[in-house]
Amino acid sequence: MAAANNALVAKLVCIVLGMFGFGFALVPLYDVFCDLTGINGKTNREAAVYRTQDVDSNRTVRVEFITRVNAGMSWQFEPVSPSVTVHPGELTRVEFKVHNPQAEGVWGQAVPSVSPGTAALYLNKTECFCFEQQHLLAGESLTMPMQFYVDPQLPEDIHFLTLQYTLYKVAGDTAATNLERRF
Amino acid sequence: MSEATEHLDHAHSHHHPSGIKRWLYTTNHKDIGTLYLWFAFIMFLTGGAMAMVIRAELFQPGLQIVEPNFFNQMTTVHGLIMVFGAVMPAFTGLANWLVPMMIGAPDMALPRMNNWSFWILPFAFLILLSSLFLEGGGPAFGWTFYAPLSTQYSADSTALFVFSVHIMGASSIMGAINVIVTIFNMRAPGMTWMKLPLFVWTWLITAFLLIAVMPVLAGAVTMVLTDKFFGTSFFNAAGGGDPVMFQHIFWFFGHPEVYIMILPAFGIISQIVPTFSRKKLFGYASMVYATASIALLSFIVWAHHMFTTGMPLVGEMFFMFATMLISVPTGVKVFNWVATMWRGSLSFEVPMLFAIAFIVLFTIGGLSGLMLAITPVDFQYHDTYFVVAHFHYVLVTGAVFSIMAAVYYWLPKWTGHMFDVTLAKWHFWCSLISVNVLFFPMHFVGLAGMPRRIPDYALQFADFNKWISIGGFAFGLSQLIFLAVLIKACRKQGVPVDDRVWEGAEGLEWQELPSPAPYHSFETPPVIK
Repeated sequence: MAAANNALVAKLVCIVLGMFGFGFALVPLYDVFCDLTGINGKTNREAAVYRTQDVDSNRTVRVEFITRVNAGMSWQFEPVSPSVTVHPGELTRVEFKVHNPQAEGVWGQAVPSVSPGTAALYLNKTECFCFEQQHLLAGESLTMPMQFYVDPQLPEDIHFLTLQYTLYKVAGDTAATNLERRF
Repeated sequence: MSEATEHLDHAHSHHHPSGIKRWLYTTNHKDIGTLYLWFAFIMFLTGGAMAMVIRAELFQPGLQIVEPNFFNQMTTVHGLIMVFGAVMPAFTGLANWLVPMMIGAPDMALPRMNNWSFWILPFAFLILLSSLFLEGGGPAFGWTFYAPLSTQYSADSTALFVFSVHIMGASSIMGAINVIVTIFNMRAPGMTWMKLPLFVWTWLITAFLLIAVMPVLAGAVTMVLTDKFFGTSFFNAAGGGDPVMFQHIFWFFGHPEVYIMILPAFGIISQIVPTFSRKKLFGYASMVYATASIALLSFIVWAHHMFTTGMPLVGEMFFMFATMLISVPTGVKVFNWVATMWRGSLSFEVPMLFAIAFIVLFTIGGLSGLMLAITPVDFQYHDTYFVVAHFHYVLVTGAVFSIMAAVYYWLPKWTGHMFDVTLAKWHFWCSLISVNVLFFPMHFVGLAGMPRRIPDYALQFADFNKWISIGGFAFGLSQLIFLAVLIKACRKQGVPVDDRVWEGAEGLEWQELPSPAPYHSFETPPVIK
């Protein structure tokens, strides 16, 4: 009996440990799932390569830009033009303005999100300030370029896309700053 | 096995610790069951006292009694205590008392771990409750501790919340492992799977749910801990994480969790209804399969808590239909209970009153759940009092009523004396009326748009909220009658009962054991007919 109990307990403990691991495994799985299906509105994180494409000049798609600054970030951040109308397959360049009104230099990182989420897979950026972190000196202003094209495979029922950037303050060493804030 | 029992006998017959040590060192399943049940009852009153604070504040519009931050702590800790401190330990206590007696085993399979799994529990709740007295207050982000509320906008006491949830989880997992090992390895010869009483079946399935999802909860709180204190970014978009992912991980635990709190209730009702109908349970096998299918389906419906997060249409449709599918096995159960009563020789003793109230009121909660499952209307109901009404119907008039039914049903077997029936009937009728005054109007204010977890509300909800609060105070006071019944029962003041207690009762604990059940039962396994 004792042996049978131990064997069963060992199996059950394995399930428990396995499920504890599974909880953490959900984190990468979630990202993989969202990347494959594009349902999270996350766009490509590295520059896409633009090859000469058939520009579908019969169709137009309006792309709107929204900018937002996260709590704790003091920069001013806005698109030069709030929206552009493009043909799928056409390479387009837009610009965003940032200004750091603070008396000290700050690092920032913009995180993009596309709505409707399913369109994220079709909005390809060949050049974007969101691929890396920005540093602005005290009072500095900057115009940041972004170049993209909409994949001609974009589903027919989608006529406009919204691309939102949220600008976050980046701490040099996140952990150290958290501690600093707390104590 | 005989060696193990001899060893236990030896230990007990020569050394009986007395006083507090008897309870601290005990490995007896009946002692531990009693500890669990009293602990759950104390937590039920503690969490109930917090609900009284909530209802006092909501008695009229405006801010009267407590600060909004303290109000939020009350809703959060009320939820945590009722889920992890009252309902789950009460079911574990019932399992400890009943599973060995129902399957003809001398004790639980792992008695020393059983002692541990109970005794770490009071410390978990001491830690949680003590956090309320710290600077900045206790957890105030709702029992669901959504990120970033719990990671960026919470008090430093969040660390204590995390540790207490870790301990509660460890306790539940140990309890669940014990139940599984006991049922697998210690059934009396001849107690085949399809002869198991339904309470044992439902607890076995619940125990598997527990070991599958409590570790995921432990993982989720750990991620909250490291996000808040150690600079990780699991749920922080600035660092590449995703706050919506928190909800996915939490509800992957959270939805099976709600079945953990209702499946043992189904088992209890399936024991009580046949006794007082004097008929065999209708559709035993279908009950077993329905329980198992509810448990399996519970893993694929979690995102119905998240319809408003901006899921794609396909996802919403999938989770909507999967959720609705659960009403099929649940309906099988309700119809089986009704069919068991059909043309039975019904009598209405106190456990049966609670069981019938359970069937009716749980079904109301189930129906409002079905309404919430419909994605397009959920956008209106989401985060309103309609949701509060729904889950209190399934948890209070569902899980809690089933626990009360179980206590009244088996109490005479435990003490050997009948409880005070008059007082118990007062408890039942006061609870039944007040609980409906308390929760039914919440449906209406919810449909009219009153949001949950907010200490103030628009003027047009004032009348309904007054009634809800009056119902709440009455329900709270009614539980003091329950306390009186329990204290009287423990003093064994009632009429002594015979072994079977209830005329129609079937099962090993009624037919093979005297009342009160002896400290050591089934040292030699019973013969199963």
